[in-house]
Order: sequence, then C-alpha cells, then structure tokens
Amino acid sequence: MGGFFAAVIIAGTPLLFATIGELLTQKAGNMNLGVEGLMMMGAVCGFIAGFKTGNAGLALLGAIAAGAVGSLIYAFLTITLRANQQVTGLTLTMFGVGFAKFAGTNVMGSVLPASVKAFFTKIEIPLLSKIPYIGEIFFSQDVFVYFGYIIVLLAYLYLNKTKNGLNLRAVGENAPAADASGISVNLYKYIHVIIGGALCGLGGAYLSLVTIPVWQENVVAGRGWIAVALVIFASWKPGKAMVGAFVFGGLSILGFRLQSMGIQVSQYLIDMLPYVATVIIVIISTRKNRKEDMPPGWLTLPYFREDR
Amino acid sequence: MKKSKKLLSVLLILVMMGALFLTACGGEQGGDGKDEDVTTIGFIYIGSKTDGGYTQAQHLGTTAVEDYFGEKVKILTAENIEEEKTTVKTAAVNMISEGASIIVGTSYGFMDALEECAQEYPEVTFLHFSGNKMNDTNFGNYFGAMEEPRYLSGIIAGLKTETNKLGYVAAFPYTEVLIGINAFALGAQSVNPDVEVSVVYINSWNDPANEKIAAESLLAQGCDVIAQHCDSAGPQIAAEEKGVWAVGYNLDSRDAAPGAFLTAPIWHHDKYLVPTIEKVIGGTYVPESYYGTMQDGYVDLAEMSDLVPEEAKTKVEEIAQQMKDGTFKVFSGEIKDNQGNVVVAEGESLDRAGIWQIEYLVEGVTGRDN
Repeated sequence: MGGFFAAVIIAGTPLLFATIGELLTQKAGNMNLGVEGLMMMGAVCGFIAGFKTGNAGLALLGAIAAGAVGSLIYAFLTITLRANQQVTGLTLTMFGVGFAKFAGTNVMGSVLPASVKAFFTKIEIPLLSKIPYIGEIFFSQDVFVYFGYIIVLLAYLYLNKTKNGLNLRAVGENAPAADASGISVNLYKYIHVIIGGALCGLGGAYLSLVTIPVWQENVVAGRGWIAVALVIFASWKPGKAMVGAFVFGGLSILGFRLQSMGIQVSQYLIDMLPYVATVIIVIISTRKNRKEDMPPGWLTLPYFREDR
Repeated sequence: MKKSKKLLSVLLILVMMGALFLTACGGEQGGDGKDEDVTTIGFIYIGSKTDGGYTQAQHLGTTAVEDYFGEKVKILTAENIEEEKTTVKTAAVNMISEGASIIVGTSYGFMDALEECAQEYPEVTFLHFSGNKMNDTNFGNYFGAMEEPRYLSGIIAGLKTETNKLGYVAAFPYTEVLIGINAFALGAQSVNPDVEVSVVYINSWNDPANEKIAAESLLAQGCDVIAQHCDSAGPQIAAEEKGVWAVGYNLDSRDAAPGAFLTAPIWHHDKYLVPTIEKVIGGTYVPESYYGTMQDGYVDLAEMSDLVPEEAKTKVEEIAQQMKDGTFKVFSGEIKDNQGNVVVAEGESLDRAGIWQIEYLVEGVTGRDN
C-alpha cells in the first residue's frame, strides 16, 4: 500500500507546482488559463537544457526561464495592455503546446543523459524516511518532490506571515485600495505572474525530467487544466493546494491500480472523480459563504488607475 | 495611446496564434504541383511526424515512398489533423488544390470525410489506413495482421518471465486492442501455460506520463514483462527503472529503454504504399481492402535484443517462418474466453473476418473487454 501512496506523490507533484504557481498568479488578481501551455514550455525547455548540457541544475533553470518568459507575455498583455485575461490565457495555452511540439521536434525520443537522471533518483532523507509509513511515502522521493514541499511552505509563510505577501493579497482583493495605500499594483502583478509561470514551468519539467526522461509530445496531457481546477478546490490556500494535488494525483492513478489488481472499474468513472470533487467543493464553499474561501475580489479585473 | 496599446495586444495575440498555425501546418509545401510527370501525394496524419510512435511509423512509410519514386512524386503532409469531418476534408481539399491525385489518410476517424471526398473528387485516389469503407473506383483501405507479431512477442514474454505475470498497458478496450492482447496472451501461453496477463487501460492515446504510471501499477503487482498497445515509450521506461523487461509497439524504440527492450511488433507501411502507389500511377489500381501479414512483410517483429533468451529466439524464428509460409493461424482452437466459454472450437481457426469480431479476452487474461 505504501507503494501506492509513494506513487501518488509522484503523480501529484507536477500538479502541486502548477497549482501553487496559478495560486500566486490568482492572488495577484490575474486568472491565467495558460497553465497547460506554460507547463508544456517548461517541460520542453527543461528537457532540451538537460539534454544538451547534461546538467540537472541548468535543466531546472531552463524550465523556470521558459515558464517565466511565457508568463511575461501574458503579464504584458493583461497587466500593461489590459487585454482580457481568459482569452490571453487560452491563447497562451495554444501557443505553449504548439511551441513545445515545435521545439521538441529535434529531441523527439531522445533520452536524458545519465547525469541528469542520477540527480533525480530517489533519496531517502535520514531519520525522516525511517518513520513508519510516512517516511516511505513522503521522504523516500527525489529532490524535485522535496523542493515541492519547500515551495508549499514558502508560499504559506509568504502569503500569511510577510508584509509583501499581505500586500500581494491586497492587490488581488482590491487593486485600487492597494494602490491608494502605496503598493505598486503593476509591479506586484508582474512579479507574481512571472513567479507563478516559472512554477508552472517546473511542474511541466517534472514530467519530462523525472516521470518520463525521454522527450514525448504532450507529456502534460491536460494536467494544466486540473491545476486551474485545483486552485478553486484549494480555495486559494497553499496547504489545501498540497492536499488537493496529492488527492487529484491519487485519483488519477487509482484506476490503474484497481485494474492491475483485477478489480474492473470503468476508467471513465475514475477520470471523472477529480472534477466531481471540484464541483462539490465549489458548491460547499459557496453554500458556506465564508469570506476566506472566496476568490480574490479583483480576480480577472484589469486595473485602471484613472478609473479610481 | 490607448488605441495603439489595443492594437499591440491584438498583434501579440495574433503572433502567438500564428506560431501555433506554423507548427500545425508545417508541411512540405510549395511549387504548383501541376507538372505532368510528377504525381502529388498527400498524407494526412493525426499526430506529428516525430511523435515517436504511431504517426512516426506512418511517416517512415511516407519517406520510403519518397525515396523509391524520387523525382516522380511530390509529397504533401498535414500533421495534427483532428478526427473531425470538416478538418479532414479541408486538409484533403487543400492538398487536391495543390495538385494531389492520391490522398492517404492514416487514422480511423478520417473515414467518413475521405468517403465524401472520394465521391466529390472521382479523379483522386483515396487510401485509408485502418478503415472499413471503400468503393469500386477510387477509395480503398489497408491494415495489418498485427496479431501475428504480437503472438511472437508473447512467446518471448512467456519464456522471459520469472513471475509468470505479464502486464499489458492499452489505450482503450475495443476490438483492435482486444485482438492484440489475446494474440500476445496466446503466444505466451503457447510456451508457458502458467502465464497470466493483466491489462490496464489508460483511456487515452496521448498521455505518456499515465502510460508509465499504469505500467508501474502492473509492476507493483509482480508483472515482470510489460507489453503495450499505446504510443509512448513510458511503459518501457517504467520496466527499465524496475529492472525488468518490456515489449514496445509501432517502432523499434530500443534507445528509449535499452535495459528493458526485448522487441516490438512494428509496421512497415512502405510494403503497402510503394506497390499500391505504383499501381495508382500506372492506372491499374483497383480498390481493395488490404490486410498485410508477416508473409507480406507489412507487419513484423523488431530485431530481438540481447535480453531475449536463445530458446525464445529459436521458437520465434520457427513460428515466424510458419507465418511467412502462410501455415500458421494465431487464433486456432480450442480457445476459451476468460469467462470459460469456448470461443474457437477445437480444430477450427479464425480468418480475418472472424478475428475482427473479437469482443472478448482469452483465458488467463484479467481486464475489461468493453
């Protein structure tokens, strides 16, 4: 059973990075539907960087850079030019998916060098990995997964315990008020949209560097959309996002486990579960109507200083 | 100022979309294609030429056609064409207006569009991979007896396994896939009666990560040879990481997981395309429903790797020779399905039509059949 839960962590990690990335983006008041495209860009650029240099660090940097540049396009369009966020995000998805196919043409089927693969082999954390059950599941993973835990912790601390994090929330909740209190709205938006994009890129790179270290088209295969749903599922909280990413990751592989054990369940039914869960969560949270579970107030709205 | 910003944003969006179209339609085009001695052939693909699987195998056939006919043909390709009637028709009509007199569609879902085009363009010949519709004048189809090499790969798996548990990662449960699973299982059982096959469906043709994760779930159940009816090397990578073995599909993919790769049932589309296109050019083509076998060389087993035991190599070569002689039938009775019903009686065997009515999994296979 521990093996199953360890696999859940691996299935959930790409979602975790992308969800935290999208969460930061949305906290800045920007809904970026380009997650799928950003993940694809991160996946392909991370792979190419790792493949050409044989250096895992550069592979990660490549993914970060790709996600950052992709989201910079989005940021410029939606923040500076105030284009419609949803439309721009959708276009970014199409762009990213196409870009990844195009850029990956020459490395199709290539295998990552052993030096990169070795960097992402499983490492048992001393002491922690010895905890029964928990150790095997959470602390016998690769460095990328541990980095994911750290990102969640940092995001939590940042959003709740730092002045900058609270400023960011103010920007997302009410941009004019934030502006009036002296926060540079556009600067905050730019920084967090770009960091969010970089995290999405890392999420995609997990798939192309760790899960499948051979370049294949469409490695992301819709996980970007799940990440968008997860942000709602998590009601914009990093801790819940982590739980959600692993629950969704688990649901995505549950069907395979059942099938391989000879239990015949329709895969369609299993595939549906994450979305059903999201719908239920949304219904529950709207019913409860708790303010802290609501989306950032200024989400999707462009901010015009002149309109104050 | 405001207007120029708006204009800029529209431009940027257009650039992004333009880039997408460039990647989607990056076929080899140009020239008028109306040259008398040059035959223009259009290939419509569902994926991209470098997808490392299905479409790449198709494109190997296309390049073989190009190499064989040289200056006499001009090849047009359209990649990433969705299985949607208007999209397929648009791609076909574009190619015809570029001068194409032969259109090859390489996915099942292109069928209805190609059928309509065949009516509207009687002077153009349409060849359709995996379809079951045709007409008497300009629309034929082709497919291959993949059950034969799959049976052979089953022999290897049956002799290689130590746990007597084989895993099979498949896309969707429908007849073509069920035939392949059954052939693989029958091959394995022919040399190792104790062997069991577990099947996991991933419900997608296009999710490499899940293909790998599905294979991992089979490995966790003790399977030590993983076969596949899906398009990525994911299952082979999973097997390699676990230190066990895998059978690929579509193409020889040994480089992706050299530590696990045993062999792969593969396509040789050129064995159909070259002679057929020659006939079309010569004006002697009569539409047919081609079913290429080991005998024709249309389907085959990729070269067996060093991980395949000698015993298995000998056995495979023996049965492959019988297939090439036309004396070996994969589905020969008595065969029971996994509910215990006799589906092929003792002394009988299934022909092509019988094989394509399979809606069951044979004894010893665990998995869904619908």
